[in-house]
Amino acid sequence: MTWEPVIGLEIHVQLKTRTKMFCRCPVGFGAAENTQTCPVCLGFPGALPVPNSTAIEWVVRLGLALGCEIAPRAVFARKNYFYPDLPKGYQISQYDLPSCINGRVLVPLPNGDHAVGIVRAHLEEDAAKNVHVGGRTGRIGGADYTLVDYNRGGTPLVEIVTAPDIHSAEEAKRFLQLLRQTIVELGISDAEMEKGTLRVDANVSVRPEGSDELRTRCEIKNMNSFTHIARGIEAEVERQVAVWESGGEVEQHTYDFDVATGTLTPRRAKEEADDYRYFPEPDLLPVEPSAALVEQLRAGLPELPAERIRRVGETLDHERALVLVTGGLDALWRDTVAAGAEAVAASNVIANQLVGAGVDPGGVDPAELAKLVEARERIPRQAFDEAIARVAEPGFSAAPYLAREAVSDAAALEPIVDAILAANPAQVEQYRGGKEGLLGFFVGKVMKETKGQADARAVNELVRTKLNVDV
Amino acid sequence: MSAAVDTLRLTAEDALGLVERREVSPAELHGAYLEAIGERDGELHCYLRTVAEAEGTSIPIALKDVISTRGVETTAGSRILSGYVPVFDSTVAARCKAAGLTLLGKTNTDEFAMGSSTENSAFGPSRNPWDPSRVPGGSGGGTAAAVSAGLAPWGLGSDTGGSIKQPSALCGNVGLRPTYGTVSRYGIVAFASSLDQVGPVAKTVRDVALLYRIIAGRDAADSTTVELPSAVELPSAERLEGLRVGVPRQAMALEAIEPGVRAAFEAALELVEELGAEVGECDLPLSFDYGLPCYYLIAPAEASSNLARYDGVRYGRRSEGESYREMVEGSRDEGFGDEPKRRIMLGTYALSAGYYDAYYGQAQKVRTLIVREHASAFEKFDVLATPTSPTVAFPLGDRTADPLAMYACDLLTIPSCVAGLPGLNVPCGFSEGLPVGLQLIGPQFGENALFRAGHALERALGLDLVPARLRA
Repeated sequence: MTWEPVIGLEIHVQLKTRTKMFCRCPVGFGAAENTQTCPVCLGFPGALPVPNSTAIEWVVRLGLALGCEIAPRAVFARKNYFYPDLPKGYQISQYDLPSCINGRVLVPLPNGDHAVGIVRAHLEEDAAKNVHVGGRTGRIGGADYTLVDYNRGGTPLVEIVTAPDIHSAEEAKRFLQLLRQTIVELGISDAEMEKGTLRVDANVSVRPEGSDELRTRCEIKNMNSFTHIARGIEAEVERQVAVWESGGEVEQHTYDFDVATGTLTPRRAKEEADDYRYFPEPDLLPVEPSAALVEQLRAGLPELPAERIRRVGETLDHERALVLVTGGLDALWRDTVAAGAEAVAASNVIANQLVGAGVDPGGVDPAELAKLVEARERIPRQAFDEAIARVAEPGFSAAPYLAREAVSDAAALEPIVDAILAANPAQVEQYRGGKEGLLGFFVGKVMKETKGQADARAVNELVRTKLNVDV
Repeated sequence: MSAAVDTLRLTAEDALGLVERREVSPAELHGAYLEAIGERDGELHCYLRTVAEAEGTSIPIALKDVISTRGVETTAGSRILSGYVPVFDSTVAARCKAAGLTLLGKTNTDEFAMGSSTENSAFGPSRNPWDPSRVPGGSGGGTAAAVSAGLAPWGLGSDTGGSIKQPSALCGNVGLRPTYGTVSRYGIVAFASSLDQVGPVAKTVRDVALLYRIIAGRDAADSTTVELPSAVELPSAERLEGLRVGVPRQAMALEAIEPGVRAAFEAALELVEELGAEVGECDLPLSFDYGLPCYYLIAPAEASSNLARYDGVRYGRRSEGESYREMVEGSRDEGFGDEPKRRIMLGTYALSAGYYDAYYGQAQKVRTLIVREHASAFEKFDVLATPTSPTVAFPLGDRTADPLAMYACDLLTIPSCVAGLPGLNVPCGFSEGLPVGLQLIGPQFGENALFRAGHALERALGLDLVPARLRA
C-alpha cells in the first residue's frame, strides 16, 4: 500500500517589537539575566497588563499577508497552569476569538501552486526561560534546581496554525521557507530558528493514498532548522507507516526530534489531561481594530514572496526563482537584469558567487554587477572573484576589473596544457575511453597553473582539441 | 498643638482646612492620629502596620492592605505575602501621594479581601469601635473601624461584593464603591478583576467626594479605566426636589433583613420624601434571585486565576520541598487560609473543562441580564435605595463556622456590584445601639447623584456617628 503523510504545522514567531506584549520592558537578546523585567512581567501582586499596539497591528498585517479574515473583535484569554517560567500562573493568549482566521497560502511548487489553509494566527505572550541545573534529562523532573530568566517572559508571540494540508516533508519545508521570508519582509520578526524567534512543531499522521480519512496524529517538537523539520517528519512518517503495516495502531503522543541521532524520543506521558481553564482575561478589553485601520494595513502590504516566485518563475525556472526570492535576492536580480545582464547568468552569479562570498545584496549597485555578469567569462577568474567580493563596497566600480584581460593566446596556453596532459596520463586515458566529464578536471588544473588569469573559454577549447586530436 | 485636634470628630474636609490655614502642620496631624492609634488600636486592631514619618504636605490617610505601597509591606491580610514589600506604588497610592496625603498605615482586611468580618485576616480580626465584641464588617473592616474610631480622617478600601459598603454600614461611616472602571486597579492585590474597585471611606459624604476626586480617572496602566464623563461635584444642596428614588421590592422582601434595620431604613426613606424626593418601588427580580450565585461563580473563578501567582517562586512565603511541585504545593498550603482555599477550589471547578458552560459561562450571561435589569430601573429612577447590610454588626465568631451565613452578609450589596454600578453607604440610624446603613445605588457614572442624595440625607439626619463608648 502507498501511504500519504498528512501534516499540519504550529509555528511560533517572536515579534521584534521594541517592548514586550503587556509591559514596556525592552525586547532583546543578550542582556544580563532578569534585567529586562518589571512588576508586570514578573507577575507582582496588583500589576496589570497593557497591550502593545504595535504587536496588535503586526499580527493583523501578518494575517492579511496569509490571506486571513481579520476578526473585528478578538479576545485575550487566560491559559492557567503552574510552571516556574510563567510568573502569573497563567499565560495571556487569544483563544476562542483570535485576531486572524481562515487564511490560505498558495505555495509555489515546481508543478504549480499548492494551497495550505491557515486555521488561525493569534497573539500571546512568551514564557520566561528555565534553565534546569543537574540531572540528566534537561527537564524539571530530576533537575537539582531550576533557574529562571524572566527577560524573555512577556515577549510578543504570534502562533500560526495550519490546516493539515501538507503532504510531504518537502512541502513542509517549502511552506516554511515561504512563510519565513514573508515574515522577514513584513519586518515583524527576524524569524531565526537557531535563535528561537521561529519555532515549529509538526502534527503528523499517515493514511492510505487516495483516502481522505484523518488517522491518529503525533506531534514532533524540538526541531531547530528547516532541514531538521524535514528529517523529523520523514522519520515520523516512516515510523507510523511501519506501525500500521505491522498491524499495530498509532497512538497519540508527543516526540522530541534528536538532531544528533536523527531519532524520535517520546516525551513522558502526563498523568492527567491538561485542563487550562481558559476564560476571557478580565484585565484587558477586546481587541477591536477598525475597518479603516485594517484597510490601511492591507494597502500598505508589500508584494509578497509567493507572488514574486511566480513572477520570477516566468523568466527563470522554478528552482532558481525560489532560491532568489526566499533568499531575499530577487530585487537585486531584477535590477541587474534591467541593467543589461542576461537573466540566468545574473541569477547564477547572485545565488552562487555573491551569496558564497557573503556579500550583502542590499549594498550592490546593479549596473556595476551587470557589467561583471556580462564579462565573467572574459576576464580572469581571479579578477572576477575579487570584484564580486567587493561589489557591495560603497563607490564600487567594475571598470578596473574589466580591464584585466584574460590570457587567451593559444601560444601562451599551449605549453601549459601539454604539461598537464602529460602529467596526468591515467585521466587522459579515461577521458578518451568516454569519460568526458573529466574535461573540467583538466581545465581546472590549467586555471590553477595560470593563477586564474587564463580565459576559461579559450582553455576549454584548447584542452578539448588536444584531447580529441592527439589520439 | 496636636492635643487640640479631636480625631474622633474631625472631618477630612476640616482637617484640610486646618492644614491649609497652617493651624496644624501635616506632621502634627499625622502625630495626632498616631497617638490615637496608640491609645485605641490595641483593642480594635485596625492597623497591620503604621508609618511613623509623615511624608507629604497634607492630611493623613489609611490604606487597606491590598493597596500596594512602595517600600511599605503589603500583605492583603495573608501569610503568603508576609514580608512582601512592593517596589512600586499602586496608582491610587501614587495619586494620594501626589495630593500630598501622608500614609498613616495599612489597615486590616480579610485575607485577599475575601470575607465580611475581617475574621479571615491571617493576622487576627479587627473589632467594631461601637462594641469591640462585634465585627466591623469586611473585608475592609480595618479602614472602616479606623475612620469610625478617629484613627484616620479617611481611608481607601476595595470593594468586590460589598467590602467598602458593608463595613461602612456596620461602623457608621460613609463609603463609596465607585462605578467599575473609574478608579485604577493598578497595584491593587487582585481578588476578582472584573468586580474589584477601590473607593473612599470617610465620616461625611463631602469627604468621600473629595477623596474620590483625588483617585478617580483614566490610568494608562489599567486598560479597564475610563476618564470620568463629568467632574466630581462637592454636594451642598440640602433639599432633594426632583430626585426619583426607587426601592427594589425584591430587596425589601428579604427575610434576612432585621426588624431594627428595616425600621431605621424606612424612617430614613420617609425623611428623603420630606426632603422633596419622590420615592417609588421598582423591580429587580433577577438581580436579587441570581445576583449572589452569579457573584459566587465569577468572583471565585477569577480569584482562582489571580491567586495562582502566589507560588513561592519570586516573592512572599516559600516552603521548602524536594521538587518544584512540592515547593509550590507546600507554599500555597501553608500560605493560604481556609477562605482563599475554598474560593480557589470553587473557582477552579467553575472553570474546568466540561463545567465552564454550566457555571462560569452561564454566570456571565446572567451578569448581562443583571446589568440590563438595573439599566431599565434607572429609566424611571435617579437612584435606588436599600439597606446596605441586612443586619447590624454581629458578634465575633457568630458566622465563622458557616461560610454561607457569612456570604449572606452581602445579599444587598452584591447585585449592583455585579452590574458594575456605584453604591454609597450613608449611615441612616441605629438599631440595638449599633449603626444602620442605607445603600444608594446609582447608574453608571452616577456618583454625583449619589453624593447629592447622600449629603442631603446626612444633613437632615444629623446623627452623632462617634461611637457612644468613645464619646468624651
